[in-house]
Amino acid sequence: MIMLPENGPGFLKREAVPVLLFVLLALVPFVAALGAESYLLSLVTRVMIFAIAALSLDLILGYGALVSFGHAAFLGLGGYAVGILSAHGQTDALVQLPVALAVSALFALITGALSLRTKGVYFIMITLAFGQMAFFLAVSLAAYGGDDGMTLPGRSKLFGFDLLKSDRAFYYAVLLALLGAYGLCRSIVVSRFGRVIRGARENPQRMAAIGFPLFRYQLVGYVIAGTLCGLAGFLLANQAEFVSPAYMTWQRSGELIVMVVLGGLGTLHGAIIGAAAFLLLEEWLSGFTEHWKMIFGPFLVLVVLFARGGLMGAIRRIGGGGGHG
Amino acid sequence: MAEPALELRDLNKAYGALTVTDHVSLALPDGEFHAIIGPNGAGKTTLIHQISGVVPSDTGSVWLGGHDVTGLSLPDRVHRGLVRSFQITSILPGFSALENVALAVQAREGSSFRFFGRARDEARLNDQAMQALEEVGLGKRAGIRAGLLSHGEKRQLEIAIALAARPRVLLLDEPLAGTGPEESAVLIALMQRLRGRMTILLIEHDMEAVFALAERVSVLVYGRIIASGPPAAVRDDPEVRTAYLGEEGG
Repeated sequence: MIMLPENGPGFLKREAVPVLLFVLLALVPFVAALGAESYLLSLVTRVMIFAIAALSLDLILGYGALVSFGHAAFLGLGGYAVGILSAHGQTDALVQLPVALAVSALFALITGALSLRTKGVYFIMITLAFGQMAFFLAVSLAAYGGDDGMTLPGRSKLFGFDLLKSDRAFYYAVLLALLGAYGLCRSIVVSRFGRVIRGARENPQRMAAIGFPLFRYQLVGYVIAGTLCGLAGFLLANQAEFVSPAYMTWQRSGELIVMVVLGGLGTLHGAIIGAAAFLLLEEWLSGFTEHWKMIFGPFLVLVVLFARGGLMGAIRRIGGGGGHG
Repeated sequence: MAEPALELRDLNKAYGALTVTDHVSLALPDGEFHAIIGPNGAGKTTLIHQISGVVPSDTGSVWLGGHDVTGLSLPDRVHRGLVRSFQITSILPGFSALENVALAVQAREGSSFRFFGRARDEARLNDQAMQALEEVGLGKRAGIRAGLLSHGEKRQLEIAIALAARPRVLLLDEPLAGTGPEESAVLIALMQRLRGRMTILLIEHDMEAVFALAERVSVLVYGRIIASGPPAAVRDDPEVRTAYLGEEGG
């Protein structure tokens, strides 16, 4: 168990990983300015957006043991909210973002209410089915590009101004969103609510006998995770200035799970590291061969076999001598 | 108090052709320590599952202080004061002993839809949890991860969790299962202390413990209560002797 007292001399040591992570992310634009600026900014922006999605999945998967295999649907819902509103001339983030979040929350509420009545492998299958449903719905939207997706007229405006137009401004906006999402998740997992979710992961029968009707807590957790992932979808559409059904393929849902597991289940900053490791490896390895997954697959197997607790587990063992269980 | 603390009215349960609970009726006045004994496979655990709401009954009803709770779920019954323990140790192994109990306090009071503030540092929850831990004799082990406690301590912890829920009726499903003699003695002394403070329904294999603790004993054989009364009377009941006590080698 990770001990996190409020403050104290050990704060920096204890929080070394997230602090270092966010400092590095804040410095990236300065480094980028020295070289391939737009390439580096767009790559790391993408990393941060997927980090938000992975974070949101870690909240239910890592802390709640709810293996959602349809999480990419929320990326698509957030993205299509931007795309469809833009197509109708509504380009302000002040409208697009609340709609993106509300649609994601509603979808999570409905699908979660049905999915959470099942357990284990059935939960995985039903979330997968809902994810596929969202995917095929997007494919069938002929007016909005159908299979091919749709190109956006540009990034969302803010108060009617093009505040997010520069890559650097957008980068910092995404960084801020990631910081906010991370802070929110950190707060949730140690709160009363988070303790119920974590308890349900450990022993649902005991939690019920203590007096917790778990369904409603897990449903609220599912809605929070879905909404947060909708935020990632909103950002992704803005980053690519393009939305398509590819946002919500089941492979994408699988990749999100891989990111969380790779980084270390139930650690939150592990999800950020996992997303970064996944996307950077993809970028790097695909430079050698288009069959990059041939290399990535075995790497993933090795991490799961030998670095228990994912990359975060490895970092903790190296840094703290394996102190925490 | 006119209404019994816990009343079972004609409970039935069958799995296919196998009748597990057969017309069980029982009334426990407030504060009674009642024990149910019976040979293996008599349906004791199923009966506890029905009373606590883990398993639905085919017919019949469960009444708590004069209120029908048959349709309520396990968590809802807990909130009404009907709290249970499990035959197979059921704790949150990754949480500290204190947090295991603090969760029970959290369930009882205030909302758990709070997303800010560190639950582990809430003095109000921890103080009450500590009280319950001290009551069962685990005060010094509060900070230990529950999974690392000894078997006997885990059984004590389960009782502390139940106590923190402030039960009106406490259902104990074989609390002595798997414990050594010393651990048993601690748990029996603990149950002795709880006697009279709440209504207790104990299911237990350990005859010595049952006859020492219970004010009334019911004997369950093939899902049916064949005798019910003070320990001495039940022990001497000829039907009970042939059906059950005889094979224990009395």
